[in-house]
Amino acid sequence: MTQSDDKKQLDKLLEKQRKGNLKPSDRFEIPPQPIPEQEPHKRKKNISEVALGYTETQARLEAMRCLQCKNVPCVKGCPVRIRIKDFIAAIAEGHYKKALQIIKENSLLPAVCGRVCPQEVQCQLTCTVGKKFKDPTKAVSIGRLERYVADLEQDNIQIPEIAPETGMKVAVIGSGPGGIVAAADTRRAGHDVTVFEAFHKTGGVMVYGIPEFRLPKSIVQKEIDVLKKMGVKIICNFIVGKTRTLDQLMNEEGFDAAYIGVGAGLPRFMSIEGESLIGVYSANEFLTRANLMKAYDFGKGADTPIAKPKIAAVIGGGNVAMDSARTAVRLGAQKVYLIYRRTEKEMPARIEEVHHAKEEGIDFRILQSPKRIIGDENFNVTDIECLKYRLGEPDESGRRRPIPIEGSEFHIEVDTVIMAIGNIANPLIRKTTTGLEFNKWGNIIVDENCKTSIEGVYAGGDIVLGAATVILAMGQGRIAANSINQYLKQKKKQTLRNTK
Amino acid sequence: MLKEPHKIVSKKQLSENVFTAWVRAPLIAEAAKPGQFVIVCLSNEYGERIPLTIAGADPENGTIRLIWQRVGKTTAELADLKAEDKIMNIVGPLGNPTEIKNYGTAVCVGGGIGLAPLLPITRALKKTGNYIISIIGARTKELLILENEFKDISDELNITTDDGSYGQKALVTEPLEEVCQRSNKPDQVFAIGPAVMMKFCCEVTKKYNIPTQVSLNTIMVDGTGMCGGCRIEYDGQPKFVCVDGPEFDGHKVNFELMIKRLNAYKYQEKKAIEQYRNYKCKLEDKIES
Repeated sequence: MTQSDDKKQLDKLLEKQRKGNLKPSDRFEIPPQPIPEQEPHKRKKNISEVALGYTETQARLEAMRCLQCKNVPCVKGCPVRIRIKDFIAAIAEGHYKKALQIIKENSLLPAVCGRVCPQEVQCQLTCTVGKKFKDPTKAVSIGRLERYVADLEQDNIQIPEIAPETGMKVAVIGSGPGGIVAAADTRRAGHDVTVFEAFHKTGGVMVYGIPEFRLPKSIVQKEIDVLKKMGVKIICNFIVGKTRTLDQLMNEEGFDAAYIGVGAGLPRFMSIEGESLIGVYSANEFLTRANLMKAYDFGKGADTPIAKPKIAAVIGGGNVAMDSARTAVRLGAQKVYLIYRRTEKEMPARIEEVHHAKEEGIDFRILQSPKRIIGDENFNVTDIECLKYRLGEPDESGRRRPIPIEGSEFHIEVDTVIMAIGNIANPLIRKTTTGLEFNKWGNIIVDENCKTSIEGVYAGGDIVLGAATVILAMGQGRIAANSINQYLKQKKKQTLRNTK
Repeated sequence: MLKEPHKIVSKKQLSENVFTAWVRAPLIAEAAKPGQFVIVCLSNEYGERIPLTIAGADPENGTIRLIWQRVGKTTAELADLKAEDKIMNIVGPLGNPTEIKNYGTAVCVGGGIGLAPLLPITRALKKTGNYIISIIGARTKELLILENEFKDISDELNITTDDGSYGQKALVTEPLEEVCQRSNKPDQVFAIGPAVMMKFCCEVTKKYNIPTQVSLNTIMVDGTGMCGGCRIEYDGQPKFVCVDGPEFDGHKVNFELMIKRLNAYKYQEKKAIEQYRNYKCKLEDKIES
């Protein structure tokens, strides 16, 4: 359909709606609106964003596909309970600002979440439209609609109102999605908020991890700029646990409360032979070099080198694996394998990323896993030896357990291997904070209000959940901020009482 | 507690390619302990992150001392900075501090740029009452740094040069072996320098069964354990130099693998420094004309 056809269809539907005879069957007839994207052969050679975003007509057509279910199954699927039905109704009516306001009641980073949330296992999984077609990819594209209204505001993000200064100091450790939300929400309550970031740039995983082609850095930067305009102080190159400990911040520097959102930690390796060969990367290292330090521009301004893979193998099946594989493509690799020991069905990656990766020519090798990595006399990777797997009974995660097939070894020639098999908790805070309780995996233990075992200290995101998503981290940042605001209100009352 | 820009207070050239500077970094100066390091990054947009030793800290004046060798683009750029210039990003102190205690007799072996991290360690060891035997070496006389500083804190000082232009014509391992053979064997050795030097020092001390700490200078990105780029093989297990080190029992380090990993980006590094030199030449031509 051409654009003018789209417009005609929309006008017809709007007319029907005005007359009050728009039926669900009319809504079902609206085709799911595809999001314009860069062509695979083109985007493989650049780092710009792949998905380009809806046009206004597309957004309204997509919004009209929503049945406005009374029981809102989509909202139940959303980790932060955005009033999805209502914001979509506002888009259908052409009230984009209102739509955004509705989203922002629950989510502070719609431009980010619209792009990176795994909607197909959250809000879109439970969508009635998808269920009707027995195909979750035909659900209402809630994420794309969220992105549409968020992008309209990008050049003019509203600065939230700040309550009168309370004189209470809040430390936010880490400037990732959880930290940004915790900082914004506590600042809104009038507290004096300082964000501490270990890297030289703010944004956490949204800047070092998620690539530009999936989430442009400028979008994250705009959110940081909003924080600054709100009066949040941001200190980069500050490692809590090294530059100062949390104990020092709380006891010597006068912070009344803290939010720990330091993210995931040390990359997991497989403990197989050859993992220290040159050309073997953790996904963290590979992506940090490429994203944070823009190593793709090495020799054209950037000072950080990165392997220029010819043939790369990425191990893993999550979003980070997809990001690594697609980054390798953009660094000029002629061939990229994605090696995963289960099947595509068990892959934790977003469907859209799997789809994009395939479009970009990534060779999916399922039911396989490396047994060892082989190098030459200079310790450069030359091959990986893999084993074939089959699926057994479901394990504790509910996914079918992969079982190696004995004697099935085979070799794949590669020069780069990227391990994208997850992270373990960073021990920095654990080693340097007294009285903070951790579970056996080194994750901080919190209650339902994100409160830790230390008074005034709250935590959320990957350091609590293990491996989480941007939206979950954000949700916890918000819960923690609410708790901090409550706690500080009490604390202030108490101080006033004591001084009387 | 806001961070201030890292102004260079003073800067000096120690040898052809080795430079030292005292830099404003009050928070780091207060927290730093011997054995720790910082990561420096010269530009937010395109800068690379490189680990540098903290060769000294002055908490009263809020400064730290950096010593670096001009090997790649970033260290060359640093070398071109002058007093009053600012370094955009310094983060630290990173890594675990050296275990400073009275070992008895401590041998401090340093080669080339390795003398920089060795200096604060030796100084702290001296303060805790150790008998200090220092062995400091360089390829040739002009490249030997920090001689006077080591003289002040050593009970015995051995100087070696590969070409015999100064001190004993030997590698540092020769006097080290001689010390190990003494009837009153030293209690602890600290060896810091090029990976090859540390490897051979460890081979010597292993023979005499003397505990030996080395400080490793692998390639790093974040310095907080997140990337794993600095991993080494230690006692057959992977370890991260940034969070598990930088000091390790040298007898358990796989130096051969570490040396190869240090060269992972040799080609790119060469290209980067050439590009920087060309750029500088053109700039200077322009200024002259």
